[in-house]
Amino acid sequence: MNSVSVIKTITKRELSGYFASPVAYVFIVIFLLLAGFFTFMAGGFFERNEASLMSFFLWHPWLYLFLVPAVGMRLWSEERRLGTMELLLTMPITPWQAIVGKFLASWLFLALALALTFPVWLTVSYLGSPDHGVVFTSYLGSLLLAGAYLAISCMTSAMTRNQVVSFILSVVVALFLILAGWPPVTKLLDQISENPRLVETVAAFSVMTHFEGFQKGSLDLRDIVFFAAIIGFSLFTTSIIIRSHRAG
Amino acid sequence: MIKVQNLTKAFGTKLAVNGVSFSVERGEVLGFLGPNGAGKSTSMRMITGFIPPTSGSVTVGGHDIVENPIPAKRLMGYLPENAPSYQDMTVQGFLAFTAELRGLEGDARKRAVNRVVEMCFLEGVLHQSIETLSKGYRHRTCFAQSIIHDPDVLILDEPTDGLDPNQKYEIRTLIRRMGEKKAIIFSTHILEEVESVCSRAIIIDRGQVVANGTPAELKLRSDLAGAITLKVVGVSAQEIKDKAAPIHGVRKTLVIKDDPAGSTVRIYPNSKAESPALAQALGQLAQREKWAVQELHMEEGRLDEVFRTITLPETGQEGRK
Repeated sequence: MNSVSVIKTITKRELSGYFASPVAYVFIVIFLLLAGFFTFMAGGFFERNEASLMSFFLWHPWLYLFLVPAVGMRLWSEERRLGTMELLLTMPITPWQAIVGKFLASWLFLALALALTFPVWLTVSYLGSPDHGVVFTSYLGSLLLAGAYLAISCMTSAMTRNQVVSFILSVVVALFLILAGWPPVTKLLDQISENPRLVETVAAFSVMTHFEGFQKGSLDLRDIVFFAAIIGFSLFTTSIIIRSHRAG
Repeated sequence: MIKVQNLTKAFGTKLAVNGVSFSVERGEVLGFLGPNGAGKSTSMRMITGFIPPTSGSVTVGGHDIVENPIPAKRLMGYLPENAPSYQDMTVQGFLAFTAELRGLEGDARKRAVNRVVEMCFLEGVLHQSIETLSKGYRHRTCFAQSIIHDPDVLILDEPTDGLDPNQKYEIRTLIRRMGEKKAIIFSTHILEEVESVCSRAIIIDRGQVVANGTPAELKLRSDLAGAITLKVVGVSAQEIKDKAAPIHGVRKTLVIKDDPAGSTVRIYPNSKAESPALAQALGQLAQREKWAVQELHMEEGRLDEVFRTITLPETGQEGRK
């Protein structure tokens, strides 16, 4: 059995696991409600008076901060708690295939939730003529952002068999990645440090700075590499954690 | 099929498994015995490739489990301790999933699922989600998963744990039948299980193999093995004891029951080799005395006694699994 079909099998099971319980439906409904709330109430969608989805995407880093760890927290902690990890990893598959398969399943699930926000796009297209290129890159950026947070949750969920601990850990890491480039924090850093390099370096680690480009419609390779690097690094760390856990 | 050499696992400074070696061939059912925390589960986890050994090696069908895990795992079916499974899946879905991971597709998968469902009596719960099932059904579902690809090697960690007596009987019968064509290792606390199912047994204690042999061989190690039990009607136990004492080769006699309706005395020989001669001598004695003998037999020994004498000194060693 080749890698692709193993990953497909695991992804399929994991994804159907979401829909076998109310988790998936509750999550999607809450995601859509919150996205709508932020866009129209907090984001001032109408007040902006422009045909753009800026007010929609602007809030995604904050929205994902809590919702993505909620999706990812059970990925490995549940396997550890139920002991199914022993079952899964003694199958003729590599740990990598399991890690990637499970990650892809939740990412696909998040992609589905994100795709269901399409009425916002329709609304803005009806009201005016938005730049569809910008909307597309924003969606892409949002998906990558979700993937990065998810990979972090995947990593923290491998650390513990307790889902709550896993949730809190990944929120903290994700929060750090937001705050590092959040204007109030960068301004503060600017004031206390004379070296402008420091602010730049810290901000370079932030998802905010890298998500900004997508929202403006530019596809910068560096931004894509940034998110891909977070995903790759977190999944790699996940494999290390799982291996060290098994080694005792 | 399975070759375990000098297998060692250290958790920190504690040696959970210490230099365990044995091998299992096709057609053998190896019983893995030992007190809680002796290292049974840890050994099985190393054999199945779930945890890497600190030192030593395991080969399955010639493939090293560390160097070449995928082909080795392909040959194996594994029932982990406590029979874990994905709670939110249906029995059918779970079995189809494991069959798919084992590389079974299409018709072959359907046939494999149907086969194990029938073998493990799961027809009635096929479409129920696993979390709604009783422990026995959950256990059998996980067991079904381990044999879904008809593996050459089967590793079962307490396969009858938590089952009712009928289910235990079914599973034992199944293991014995499969043992004719496969190499099977299974761990258990239940000693009768070893006698009824295993062709060979290993007793492991504090991480080390302390006994290895057929159940009959192990039983011979018991103090009881070779003793002659004699039951006579209408004679007092004391009289039997006195008359038997002068016989050559008697080490000690033990009164089991003193009752005119049938007194029972157990006579121990000096050595197990002298046991048949002693039985004969006792038979002649009874004839001479014209005793109404109701019972005269040679004890085989008891596995639980052997188990206790081998593993008892460390009762304070409960703990890590």
